[in-house]
Amino acid sequence: MIDKKFKIANKIFKSRLIVGTGKYKSFSECAKAIKTSGADIVTVAVRRVNISNKNKARLMDYIDPKKITYLPNTAGCFTAEDAIRTLRLAREIGGWKLVKLEVLGDKRNLFPEMIETLRSTELLTKEGFKVMVYCNDDPLMAKRLENAGAVAIMPLAAPIGSGLGIQNKVNIKIIRKQTKLPLIIDAGIGQASDASIAMELGCDGVLINTAIAKANNPIQMAEAMKLAVISGRKSFLSGRINPKLFGSASTTNKGII
Amino acid sequence: MNIKNKIKITVNGKQMQIIPKFSLKSLITKLKMPLNKIAIELNKKIIDKKRISNIKLKKGDKIEIVHFIGGG
Repeated sequence: MIDKKFKIANKIFKSRLIVGTGKYKSFSECAKAIKTSGADIVTVAVRRVNISNKNKARLMDYIDPKKITYLPNTAGCFTAEDAIRTLRLAREIGGWKLVKLEVLGDKRNLFPEMIETLRSTELLTKEGFKVMVYCNDDPLMAKRLENAGAVAIMPLAAPIGSGLGIQNKVNIKIIRKQTKLPLIIDAGIGQASDASIAMELGCDGVLINTAIAKANNPIQMAEAMKLAVISGRKSFLSGRINPKLFGSASTTNKGII
Repeated sequence: MNIKNKIKITVNGKQMQIIPKFSLKSLITKLKMPLNKIAIELNKKIIDKKRISNIKLKKGDKIEIVHFIGGG
């Protein structure tokens, strides 16, 4: 079966795996993991330059934004104003309009503050940003974000960095049924099977950072995630059998001795 | 230059002393920041990088210079 293209805000991407660039031991390890993952979008954060150490290595020296799409995020923002300020700065660095909005409401559980997230989506969209929105797995909120102009809905599987995997498959399935926007699981993936499950639920993509960066072998995990996303997608497209309560023999009894 | 003539500004939360009429461009050059990899805010307003040579810094100016780092 030929798959439809993975398209966000009218741009086609090859890989359905989006990778975060945080938490790696070094920029070179990060660059290697990204290459192995096959991702063509990476999330990045906006922070102050270290003015006392001018020679410190920069992310842009290792990951070329001409070859890979940078998706600036608003990590650490707790209000719409913070998020807008951050993304305006990101746009100023190099003209980025496709962004990942993430407005948090609690420092411990890192859940999204959905009222501020919705307000930010409206404001950023009016300013011409193409907003991919990190959100709760709430179908009603997802609908509101869509109406506010979001270009992708990115519900969490579980808290950011928790590695717990998809906690509420039912909600993800309901969101899938109601939206034609790209649906991308963002946050909470722990292992390759979680990524496959996300794809088998019909998601268009998966965004992974910690599960790769903090694995014992990040490069190998990057490859595992790449394969899991491909595998999960193919499984979804192939149409699974209906689950049954009782067994159904694979071998015929005809000709039994 | 006598230290008394210098003015205080804040760059990324740190105090710096500069001579009067020092331009924003001179500051960026002094800090060796690659223009194509940063964004600049002056007193919470984003500055068009093409205009930085026209901007003279004043006492108490607060400058933020940001770039991309790893993030999820």
